[in-house]
Amino acid sequence: MSAEAGQQHPLGIYLKIWILLFVLSTLSYLVDYIGFQGYLRWTLILVFMFLKAGFIIAIFMHVMWERMALVLTILGPPVALLFLIGFMAIEGDYTFGARVDYFGANPNAEPLPVTHVGGHEEAH
Amino acid sequence: MSETVASNLAAPRSGLPGLVDDWSVDKQTYHVPWGKAMMWIFLVSDTFIFSCFLVGYMTVRMTTAEPWPLPTDVFALSLFGSDPIPLILIAIMTFILITSSGTMALAVNYGYRRDKRMTAILMMVTAALGASFVGMQAFEWTKLISEGVRPWENPWGAPQFGSVFFMVTGFHGLHVTGGVIYLSIVAWKVSKGHYDKKGYEIVEITGLYWHFVDLVWVFIFAFFYLW
Repeated sequence: MSAEAGQQHPLGIYLKIWILLFVLSTLSYLVDYIGFQGYLRWTLILVFMFLKAGFIIAIFMHVMWERMALVLTILGPPVALLFLIGFMAIEGDYTFGARVDYFGANPNAEPLPVTHVGGHEEAH
Repeated sequence: MSETVASNLAAPRSGLPGLVDDWSVDKQTYHVPWGKAMMWIFLVSDTFIFSCFLVGYMTVRMTTAEPWPLPTDVFALSLFGSDPIPLILIAIMTFILITSSGTMALAVNYGYRRDKRMTAILMMVTAALGASFVGMQAFEWTKLISEGVRPWENPWGAPQFGSVFFMVTGFHGLHVTGGVIYLSIVAWKVSKGHYDKKGYEIVEITGLYWHFVDLVWVFIFAFFYLW
C-alpha cells in the first residue's frame, strides 16, 4: 500500500511530542502540588488536559494526517456529548439546589480530614 | 496491500473536496485497512462509555449535598518515611502511561520500517509499563480499601466518592489489562514474522488502542484526581 495508508513519519516528531506530554503532565501535577484554587485551578486543569489530549489524538494517533472522511467520523459523534454534559450540569445544579432548599442540606459542608495513619500503618 | 484500497483515483484530493469524493462515489469510503477503520469505530464507541461514566461522576458530584473528599489528601502517600506527598502515586502512574505511549509510538514507527526486533522489543516495553501501571492501581485500591473506602461509604464525605473511584479506575484498569494482553500477543507475533507478508498496520492499530487508554487517563486524571 502507498504511503497514504501506512502512517510513517520521522521519529523526531514523536520524541518532541513525547517530551511535550511530559512537560504538560508535570505542569498539571504542579497545579495540585502548588495548590491553586477556584477558577484559576479549573482553567489550568482544562488547558493542560485539552493540550495533552489534542497532542495524543493528533500526533500519536495520527488523526492530523488522516483524510477528512475518517477525521469527521472520529471527532464528529463525540460532539453530541457536549449536549449531554450541558443538560446534566443544568439538571445537577437544580437537584443540588432542591436538596439545599427543601432538605436542609448544608451547601458549605467541609469533608472530614484524611489521616493515613490508621489502616495504612496497620497493614505493615 | 492494494486490494484494501478500492479507489480508482491516482491521487485522491485532500481536505473538504476529498471528503466529498470519499462519500459521494459508490466505493470504499475510508482509505485505511479495514482493521484500522474498525478499531476507530470501536474507540469512538468506547469514548461514549467513558464519557457516560465521567458525566455520571460530574452529576453525582454536583448533586450531592455532602462534601466531596479531597483527592489531594486521599491520594497522598509517604515515600521512604517522608511527609505525605499529594497525589504522588497518581503522578507516577501518569508518567508511566505517557512513557508507554511514547514507546508505543516508536514501535509503530519501527514497524513500518519492518524492523521486527525493535518493534517487538518496544511493544513488550509498552506492555511491561502497562502492567506496572495496573500493579500500582492494585496497590492504590488495596490502600483505599484498607482505609475504609467502599462503593457505598468512606470515612471522609460523600459516599459516591467510592463508587465513582472504583467504577472509573476499575474500568480503565480493565482496559489497560486488556491492552497489555493485546500488546503481548501482537508483539509475539511480530517477532515470529507473522506480519511480514500482511504488512505492519496491525502495530499501528494496536497502538491506536493503547494511545486511547492513555487518552482516557488524561481525562480521569484531570477530572477525578485534580478537580
